Amino acid sequence: MGVYKTSDFRKGLKVQIDGEPYLMIEMNFVKPGKGNAMYKCRLRNLIRGTVLDRTYKGGDSLESADVEEIEVQFLYRQADNFVFMDNKSYEQYELTAAQVDDNWKYLKEGMACQMVLYNGNPITMSPPNHVTLKVEYCEPGVKGDTATNVTKPVKVETGAEIICPSFINMGNVIKVDTRTGQYVERVST
Amino acid sequence: MFGKGGVRRQTMLAGDVKAMDFLPTAPLANLKLRARLLRRLREFFDGRGFLEVETPVLSADTVVDRHLDPLRVTLLDDPREPQVGRTLWLQTSPEFGMKRLLAAGATAIYQIAHVFRGGERGAWHNPEFTMVEWYRAGDGMPEGMQLLADFAHELLGMGAAQRLSYRQAFLAHAEVDPLTATGLELAEVARRRGLASPPGLDVADRDAWLDLLLVECVQPHLGQRRPTIVYDFPASQAALARVRDEDPPVAERFELFVRGVELANGYHELLDPDLLRTRNARSNQLRRADGKYTLPEDSRLLAAMQRGLPPCAGVALGFDRLVMLAAAATDIAQVLAFPVERA
Repeated sequence: MGVYKTSDFRKGLKVQIDGEPYLMIEMNFVKPGKGNAMYKCRLRNLIRGTVLDRTYKGGDSLESADVEEIEVQFLYRQADNFVFMDNKSYEQYELTAAQVDDNWKYLKEGMACQMVLYNGNPITMSPPNHVTLKVEYCEPGVKGDTATNVTKPVKVETGAEIICPSFINMGNVIKVDTRTGQYVERVST
Repeated sequence: MFGKGGVRRQTMLAGDVKAMDFLPTAPLANLKLRARLLRRLREFFDGRGFLEVETPVLSADTVVDRHLDPLRVTLLDDPREPQVGRTLWLQTSPEFGMKRLLAAGATAIYQIAHVFRGGERGAWHNPEFTMVEWYRAGDGMPEGMQLLADFAHELLGMGAAQRLSYRQAFLAHAEVDPLTATGLELAEVARRRGLASPPGLDVADRDAWLDLLLVECVQPHLGQRRPTIVYDFPASQAALARVRDEDPPVAERFELFVRGVELANGYHELLDPDLLRTRNARSNQLRRADGKYTLPEDSRLLAAMQRGLPPCAGVALGFDRLVMLAAAATDIAQVLAFPVERA
């Protein structure tokens, strides 16, 4: 396990604090002219997503976190667990519903995803930025209603509800931005 | 966010940036502003009868400060043995050379110098930066502060500077007396205010806690509407300033803050070489305790002080920060042609 000294501190570093992995999302060096150098860090917990502010003094250090990003495909859901497979090693990894969080809305069997391993164990996954999903059910669009700001919820093949323009119909395929959960466009009718 | 495509794009971007990093980081407008401010500051000092001087950037002597880490240079004699030679130091400020000139009879001098400080890089720091430093014989702290206030008014045009003692500043913005509170009490203030304090910061290290409270609670309020000069620092932070024997004693040190930024540091200068020797020894002792290299305690400045330095006040001002404030820049790279990453 490596050690980062304050002189190595920078945005993007993955470090371990109190046994949990953090991503350094901000780092500011502050120092009164004749005073103590301080390194003000903002860190995001890679498991829980919470943000932590920590200040370090020159000469302090942080352990590096053994964090690895791998490419996986989603295999299937089994009760509250989601099963993925490493595309290279074919090893299977399971995440709980809590770890998958809102991303369940976008998971289709066989979908290529990214997964983060911490000390060899999966902690989070992220789907592609854009996914295409088939609309399974929605109220029919009102004919002649073309105003783009009129929206309605639709139910897609994963069981999730997405807010769409009212012209979307059952059987349409829509593109959704997984980072915002928002409808992007209609791909096919 | 962890997408392979994303990673590949980032790598390509890094490659592009690498290929393009011959370019300056400062827009031309800011380089022009630098040149304009340099001209105006020369007018300011020339118009007051100051002599512009140049002293060595590379010197056998260096300021001995717990928190300043000068860069070491080997003055090689034989290029076949480049690691053999005298040790010289890149100056952290032109202070020693300028005071030697004062001891030799100069009365009002200024210098625009490139100075170097190891390990300092951040939004307001670059290891190499430009310092404007000036001294005037006969000045005490009030005269030194007035000249600094005039300088700030002339160069930044934010009106007359407000004056606030270090104690008043802390009482107003951190609600604690910085001269009498114990380290434990200062740590408690930091805790109560929810500050992220460095893990393992020793409660006996009063000055480190004062620095934390200064940076987090006090400094952001200073110089917001008009420049603020903070004076009468804790005696433990005297550096090369005189200590006035009061209860509690205070260092006759003053600093200029503009929009929350520390812009200049001034002293009613210490004249007693024995006191400087004691402070140097103490600084090295603290450096050793911090696990740092020690610095030469003897210097030609001590010889000059032995001979007699005239009573004077002096100020060192970070020129790059002055340009940043004038340009409303948020990173020092925006006012430097080439920051250290592209140097």
